[in-house]
Amino acid sequence: MTQAITIQPITRIEGHASIKIWLDDAGNYQDARVNYMSLRGFEKFVEGKPAEELPDIVCRICGICPWMHHLASNKAVDRCFGVTPTPAGHKLRELMQTIAHAEDKLLHFYFLAAPDFVIGPDADYAVRNVVGIAKANPELATQVVKMRYLVKMILDKFSRKTIHPIAGVPGGFSKPMLEEERQDILGKMRQVLDFALFTIDFAKKNVFPKYLDAIKTLGVITTGFIGTVDENGAHNLYDGRIRLMKADGSYVDFDVQNYADYLGEHVEPWSYGKFPYARTWNEGFALDVDHPKGIYRANTLARINVADRMATPRAQAELEEFRSLFGRPAQATLLYHYARLIEEVYACERAIEILEDPEITDPNVRAKVEPQAGRGVGCVEAPRGTLIHDYSTDANGLITRANLIVGTTHNLGPINLSVKQAARALIHDGQVTEGILNRIEMAVRAYDP
Amino acid sequence: MSVRVSSEWLNSCSGCEISIIDMGERLLDVLQVADIVHIPALVDSKYFGPLGDGKHLTLPEADVGLISGGIRNEEHLEVALEMRKKCNLIIALGTCATHGGIPALANSWTPGEMMERVFTTETTDQPAAYPAEGVPPLLESCYAVDEKIKVDIYLPGCPPHPDQVFNALIALVQGKPLSVSNKSVCDTCPTVRKGKGELKQVRRFLQAPHYQAPDEPLDQMRCLLEQGLLCMGPVTHAGCGGDAVTPRCISARVPCRGCSGPVRHEGNQLLDMLNALASNGIDLKSIPNRPLLLRFSGAHSLLKPAIHERRSS
Repeated sequence: MTQAITIQPITRIEGHASIKIWLDDAGNYQDARVNYMSLRGFEKFVEGKPAEELPDIVCRICGICPWMHHLASNKAVDRCFGVTPTPAGHKLRELMQTIAHAEDKLLHFYFLAAPDFVIGPDADYAVRNVVGIAKANPELATQVVKMRYLVKMILDKFSRKTIHPIAGVPGGFSKPMLEEERQDILGKMRQVLDFALFTIDFAKKNVFPKYLDAIKTLGVITTGFIGTVDENGAHNLYDGRIRLMKADGSYVDFDVQNYADYLGEHVEPWSYGKFPYARTWNEGFALDVDHPKGIYRANTLARINVADRMATPRAQAELEEFRSLFGRPAQATLLYHYARLIEEVYACERAIEILEDPEITDPNVRAKVEPQAGRGVGCVEAPRGTLIHDYSTDANGLITRANLIVGTTHNLGPINLSVKQAARALIHDGQVTEGILNRIEMAVRAYDP
Repeated sequence: MSVRVSSEWLNSCSGCEISIIDMGERLLDVLQVADIVHIPALVDSKYFGPLGDGKHLTLPEADVGLISGGIRNEEHLEVALEMRKKCNLIIALGTCATHGGIPALANSWTPGEMMERVFTTETTDQPAAYPAEGVPPLLESCYAVDEKIKVDIYLPGCPPHPDQVFNALIALVQGKPLSVSNKSVCDTCPTVRKGKGELKQVRRFLQAPHYQAPDEPLDQMRCLLEQGLLCMGPVTHAGCGGDAVTPRCISARVPCRGCSGPVRHEGNQLLDMLNALASNGIDLKSIPNRPLLLRFSGAHSLLKPAIHERRSS
């Protein structure tokens, strides 16, 4: 008789999912699946709503990255209504998005992922968490809590509401930045950059070397990648062209307005979450660990793989070191953590660049918009991947149709593959331990779903 | 004295849990007095045991159970019932839990209509049947938590301000009663009200409201509702600004959208707002989408599949 194991809920992730593993009579791997349990129906219930209200509705898709939905939505509505945000409005949006990235990566690395690496994958589950870290290393924990709070409160204080944001508006931003606010935030972001550099250094010295074997094996699959690059092929989080790379490193760049020509979404009977795939490769979709079809990955590792370079100096130096060790494209799943810390450095450097631009305090932050019939695709790189909001409006500017491809969903197929790979490699002869099951979850956590 | 705390998220976005973390260093104080036995975002406690071989969904016992999110599917319902069974006190955390929140906007459609759209978008390869293996079946509607289990304390907000969460947890630890405000956002808003607005039409939020200078204090800006913007302040529970009180959205020069739900728990933001607008002589036909007045409070059967058919005229 086959045996079934249910890991539910998958913990220290940001969504609702479970893992099911089936073992054969001998207690060896037969199959595994990750079920995505949640269906809220945003694509339906935004219909009929005034488009200018959408940025404040769709941010509720995710309480961890609400800025990303808020801004992708604003971009889509700008395009539906045929408006170009004022330069200061555009820059304030990018600033908020970039600082939100800086906060998100600290949250993921220290609060969600670090317990596996600092406390250890086999530790008792009761201490394998951020509370355990606080007890094991109170000095570091206090610094982490303070630093993350500092970043989060920059967003909260300036934009007035950071879960869920309201300050981005079609046409730009709702309030200008005062000079004293600029000075204050600049000083704080320089502190955060120092902490980002400390963090990547700490991880390179104390964390990654201990887990090199796991990095080379756990959840390792071979796929393509997706991300956003600027006109020079450099990594960009806020704007640019989409680059879709095959596992062999060849790629196409496209305008996100045409995303539907390149990407499709496959449906499996066992998941509410849909599975985006590269329709343009004309190979269909297959969740086959050894011969995946149509599968590409998004999020940090994907973005630094598709980019020719990082657009800021310290992040570029980190990327060069990373590439000298792991090549391009790097495939090992646990390298998502390393890539995340490189992007953390970029986010801090980029925020400082924007704050040093005198235009950021220009009071002309919002262009007037008029409702009209139109269609617009808005896209930003969310921490968890390329985020696409596609709306159509009627003559009154009410939403007639919406299609969303959310960052995390690009990785739903890859997460399944990594879990299958990990379960097949780790479970033998009916030997199932808590440590083994947690390692299988670690293959999921790397993707930060 | 240590209090055991268990936390679950249902039809939600995790914003409420992040708001808990946004207590900042106070979180470390809370951890001194609270023993967190279950919180999927942070702690590895599993429904079916550490080896995944349990037969029934089981949660640990706790003094206080926090539930964020509404109840949309059979798994949410099972978890909510188990939380009620294992926790002495249940707190509905956030407006999704207290009134359905944004996901209850889906209550204007049937689950079938919702599935049909989600699985037939232009990029989706249309399946022969909707997903049904290993995923929890949807309930007819998105319910507030108290439609399915008894709730002891309501902490609305999208999300609740970290000050509110902190104050509630500390009061519980110290065995003190929670003070519940019955103020509206307007009651705590410093903007200038001159009585009735001159405008008779609701103006959509397509340009900035009028104010003199970027650093003009809020108490010199004219009330946004009196400027003709659809500000939900009169019918919305106060508290979004935490201990600092000032309403968050208005301080960003943006109208209140009603995210903390009605002033009184059983209130109806749609009816109350229509009354408020009518009494100010505002033409109700100028509201572009009426169900949006229940943007955060469409549970408790207030939004129903027929309502979206009704035009605003």
